[in-house]
Amino acid sequence: MNANLARGINAFKEVIDAPIASFFSSCVHCGLCAEACLFYTETGEAKYTPIHKLEPLRRIWQQEYTLTGKLAKLLGLSKSVTDEELAEWEPLVYDSCTLCGRCSMVCPVGNDITYMIRKLREGMAASGHAPPDLIGATTRAVTIGSPMGIKWPAVLAQIKHVEKDTGITVPVEQACVDYLVLMSSMEIINFPEYLAALSRIFKQAGVSWTLAQDAFEATNSGIQIGASDLAREIVSRIVVAADRLKVKCVISPECGHAFTALRWEGPNLMGRPFGFEVKHILEVLDELSIAGRLKTKGRDQRPLTYHDPCQIARRGGVVEQPRRLLNAVADDFREMSDAGTMNWCCGGGGGVSANSRAEPLMLQAFRHKKGQIEATGVSTLVTACANCRIVMEESLEHYHMKVEVVGLTELLAQYLDEDKTP
Amino acid sequence: MNPLDLLTFARGSAMNWALMICVAGIVLRLFEIFGLGRKADLSRARTVSTGSGWRTVFTRSWPAAGMIKRDPVTYLAGYVFHIGLMIVVFCYAPHIDFIRSMTGLNWRGLPSTLVDAVAVASIIALLALLVHRLTHPVKRLLSGFGDYLAWGLTLLPLLTGYLAFHHQLFEYTLMLSLHLFSVELLLVLLPFTKLFHSFTVFLSRWYNGEIAGRKGVAS
Repeated sequence: MNANLARGINAFKEVIDAPIASFFSSCVHCGLCAEACLFYTETGEAKYTPIHKLEPLRRIWQQEYTLTGKLAKLLGLSKSVTDEELAEWEPLVYDSCTLCGRCSMVCPVGNDITYMIRKLREGMAASGHAPPDLIGATTRAVTIGSPMGIKWPAVLAQIKHVEKDTGITVPVEQACVDYLVLMSSMEIINFPEYLAALSRIFKQAGVSWTLAQDAFEATNSGIQIGASDLAREIVSRIVVAADRLKVKCVISPECGHAFTALRWEGPNLMGRPFGFEVKHILEVLDELSIAGRLKTKGRDQRPLTYHDPCQIARRGGVVEQPRRLLNAVADDFREMSDAGTMNWCCGGGGGVSANSRAEPLMLQAFRHKKGQIEATGVSTLVTACANCRIVMEESLEHYHMKVEVVGLTELLAQYLDEDKTP
Repeated sequence: MNPLDLLTFARGSAMNWALMICVAGIVLRLFEIFGLGRKADLSRARTVSTGSGWRTVFTRSWPAAGMIKRDPVTYLAGYVFHIGLMIVVFCYAPHIDFIRSMTGLNWRGLPSTLVDAVAVASIIALLALLVHRLTHPVKRLLSGFGDYLAWGLTLLPLLTGYLAFHHQLFEYTLMLSLHLFSVELLLVLLPFTKLFHSFTVFLSRWYNGEIAGRKGVAS
């Protein structure tokens, strides 16, 4: 056994806990998880069945943690996990799973399959079987500070643009404010409107906030590739900055996995609860709206629909907020089928969009979303994740669909009643 | 050994051994699972999620919206077989008598003709599930020896019970002994095969509901 494989197998053994042992014990191979997975429904290929993607981890569990499995291994009746097998599984684990969590919602025996795939990736990454693009993104995130290689000067340039456009000063390194605002690389590069929208909304609502020079990036390639040690290093930058600036709350931007990384995995990666709150931007905007601090005027007449980012809705619990916010400014908001916690993924979450070799499959998987959007008859698609947004923009273009994708924060800012500053 | 001796053995020491192995196996398997432990979740729960695990234990018995349409065979045959098996095991008067003789517990059974019909429905459902498993690409890919073994272990008691009830195949005493042996085989292997899902299903659903509940999602 080579050193990488040994490291991978050790990582597999380490991640197996009581829930995973229970999940594997419960699986009766009914195959219903396939019916919830867009990689199966859109391709019809059985290998994309979610529980099948876990086969290497299942065998490690059986051989290491069950009496019958140990006996079978002793008698040479069970197959060891090999490098070749992990290489074969790599595309199943990374290219055809967005960690969307839909399978976990339908499994009749209650297996949280997504929980297991996230853990499986730890062993895959440790054994050297992660996609090269994800390895690159994670390396950049650790060494440069951002998976897309963005440094503070690029953020500063955007701040200057925003300040020029809005006439509002963007606070940087302000201590003892309420909120520390983070962004995703995608927002810094592709969607500068997010920061502008936020500046305007926060000014109107009288919110005290700041950006931090050493912690502006919210995304975390470490949790996508499955390298907890690196994920911890990335998340610790935010924790250190939030503690240093003594903020009450850190706002996760319009990004799905960043929210999961900081809100749910963050304290576990750091090994301690946070001294500050973590909220998704939609939660903050909804709270401001309920408190009467987010005032809007005029309403959007366009028929529009909302795409629930998986990590925000199903894996994050932010479901009602975007609906309340949308209904405040939109006259013709139409729900997609299966909206909310049973939404269908855009096809590019969980690191898939960062993995260039997975693009043809991602575009094929998008066909489900395509059908859902077409059924609503809208030409405006609102979402709250920059990754979903870029994936859907690319996919819509690929399918020659004339649908505009808008971030919810940006849409709200369009209808901001800036005269009524409290 | 004449058929009556065989039946006495099947009802007596064989059953006792089978039950003991079953219970010991269940304890061992639960130790294997719980022994692995689980790290405390240090993230702040969104809502007070007490009870979310228990809720999912029950709510997961119903299919998620749109799922029946996607795989009606698995759902319908699955329900018929699981509910049917429960009825046959716990609502057939001689079974209740047998359980009472061992535990002292007693309850009213259902008419034997009804239980007979349910047994037939369960056997048909099991056959449908086997055909489905052999023909559906996903199920065929996933299935291995353990899946077919679990299927056979479940079918045998139903089939032998049906044959004994109708005085078919062998003389009644022998058939009843075979029925009991098939049940004993099922009991002995239950903890070590896919059949153990009958216990871990509650655990898995609880974990799933608890994990999602912390995030404010009803799973």
